[in-house]
Amino acid sequence: MLKRISRWTQHSLYKKLIVKMIKFNQVYKRYPGGHEALRNLSFEIAEGEMVFLTGHSGAGKSTLLKLIAAIERPNGGSVIVKGQNTKSLKSAALPYLRRNLGLIFQDHKLLFDRNAFDNVLLPLQICGYDHRESAKRVRAALDKVGLLKREKANPIALSGGEQQRLCIARAIVNRPSILLADEPTGNLDAEYSEEIMHIFKSFHQVGVTLVVSTHDEGILRRFPARALHLKQGELQP
Amino acid sequence: MKGLIIQHWQVIRLTFQRLMHTPIASLLNILVIGIALSLPMGGYVLLKNLQSVAGQVAGPPQISVFLALDTSQAEIDRISKQLKEHAAVDRIEFVPRDLALKQLQQSTGLEDVVGGLARNPLPDAFIVYPVAMDVQKLELLRDDLKSWPHFEHVQLDSSWARKLESILRFGRLAVGILAAMLSFALIAITFNTIRLQILTRREEIEVSKLIGATNGFIRRPFLYYGFLQGLLGGIAAWLIIALSLALLNYSLVGLAQLYGSSFSLSHLSFGDSLTLLVFSAYLGWLGAWLSVSQHLWQIEPR
Ligand SMILES: Nc1ncnc2c1ncn2[C@@H]1O[C@H](COP(=O)(O)OP(=O)(O)OP(=O)(O)O)[C@@H](O)[C@H]1O
Ligand SMILES: [Mg+2]
Repeated sequence: MLKRISRWTQHSLYKKLIVKMIKFNQVYKRYPGGHEALRNLSFEIAEGEMVFLTGHSGAGKSTLLKLIAAIERPNGGSVIVKGQNTKSLKSAALPYLRRNLGLIFQDHKLLFDRNAFDNVLLPLQICGYDHRESAKRVRAALDKVGLLKREKANPIALSGGEQQRLCIARAIVNRPSILLADEPTGNLDAEYSEEIMHIFKSFHQVGVTLVVSTHDEGILRRFPARALHLKQGELQP
Repeated sequence: MKGLIIQHWQVIRLTFQRLMHTPIASLLNILVIGIALSLPMGGYVLLKNLQSVAGQVAGPPQISVFLALDTSQAEIDRISKQLKEHAAVDRIEFVPRDLALKQLQQSTGLEDVVGGLARNPLPDAFIVYPVAMDVQKLELLRDDLKSWPHFEHVQLDSSWARKLESILRFGRLAVGILAAMLSFALIAITFNTIRLQILTRREEIEVSKLIGATNGFIRRPFLYYGFLQGLLGGIAAWLIIALSLALLNYSLVGLAQLYGSSFSLSHLSFGDSLTLLVFSAYLGWLGAWLSVSQHLWQIEPR
């Protein structure tokens, strides 16, 4: 009995330490055309950690997040997400990695051929949830970002901030274990950006790993957390 | 498993929605496919009808057996019995030599010549009506009969059957070539429809990939669309053929009465109809599959 428990503990420890985290090891990213967006990045993010990513425009914040989501692959070094090296990940396994990630894009990437509700529904359709369960989850997510009343609206009819919040709703509806947010408060006024940060914090509290990029250093003061500073593609101490 | 079924059901609904989203374009596509398919299938139907009509008009095939002049009545009775029992023989008719002479006299108008004959030069004969209709089996039966004793001459009137056969063979070849070419057309139509759909859904595909859609998930609605479009095209072809046959039959009524017969063109059999639908749906699916394989990998999210 004792042995079994200790093995189980070992296993969960192993999962906590190794599997559910993000690890960059001497990562280089060069875009076609020769521009080196990231240089020699090494860092780790533990499960359940909340990390801010700061830096000026062009510092490489979006690139770093794209490396985590395996949208881009490193030219040198390795990126390991949930124990999987994104470079050697088979293309058939990629979708299943991404289902664990909630992605909030700088340019939203909302679909304008369907209403807000259906935009948030898409991740659940992809995972094959039944209709009633999905509808419940979609409304809960919309409620969380304060868009429940606009579920029938086309995203094109939403303000920039509302679009951003819709994008957040879509990212959280599938209850991801890692949330990657690229400037999620970029278009929001102080009140809403505060609210969004509180939403993120509530996710952090239930154990979601968060990586949030921002150029708003003020947020760091209001929400103390570890921060990674990027400067021209390099990590600042 | 349950999730998979739900996904498929969702995709089927989605496919119908997409089809209904652009009703005119969808309808035109389906019509074009229907017309393309109705040409070879219509040819096939006409050939089938030609075959059965030709059989009616020409009468059943027959084999004439002329006996040796010295065959006795007892032997004729025995032969008659044997022929009736033969598995490949439907029925027989005995033509005694006297009757044959009389018929010859009446029908040819050679009364003087025939009347001047010292004795009847004609042999007794049997007319054999075989069970089988096709040339090969008829010839087999003829060759069998040739080996019987007392049968001096066995004659199969198969020239009409051979002509019909060669016309039908030519017709089948033409229909086959037409079917092959128009099948390519159908695949091409679907290929292009799906290509346009993929282009207009580029964003959706990109975003879907970003949030964890498998290639199968992205592919499925396009494949279903091709399948459904092909199937509906097949149904359209069936209806086009039905309508054309109804029109033809309407004008054939007068013609048939003129010839004292009552044939009418019949539609595809149940099996053939099913084949048509399965085939058209499959071609639609194939066109969509080719298009998806060709175009989907080009869309990678950035
Ligand atoms: N697809 C690309 N092809 C070529 N160069 C790129 C590409 N994407 C980004 N870059 C370059 O890489 C560098 C880092 O870009 P990145 O988008 O990561 O910056 P960022 O920190 O997100 O900036 P911002 O705050 O403006 O969003 C920039 O110099 C940019 O020009
Ligand atoms: Mg950026």
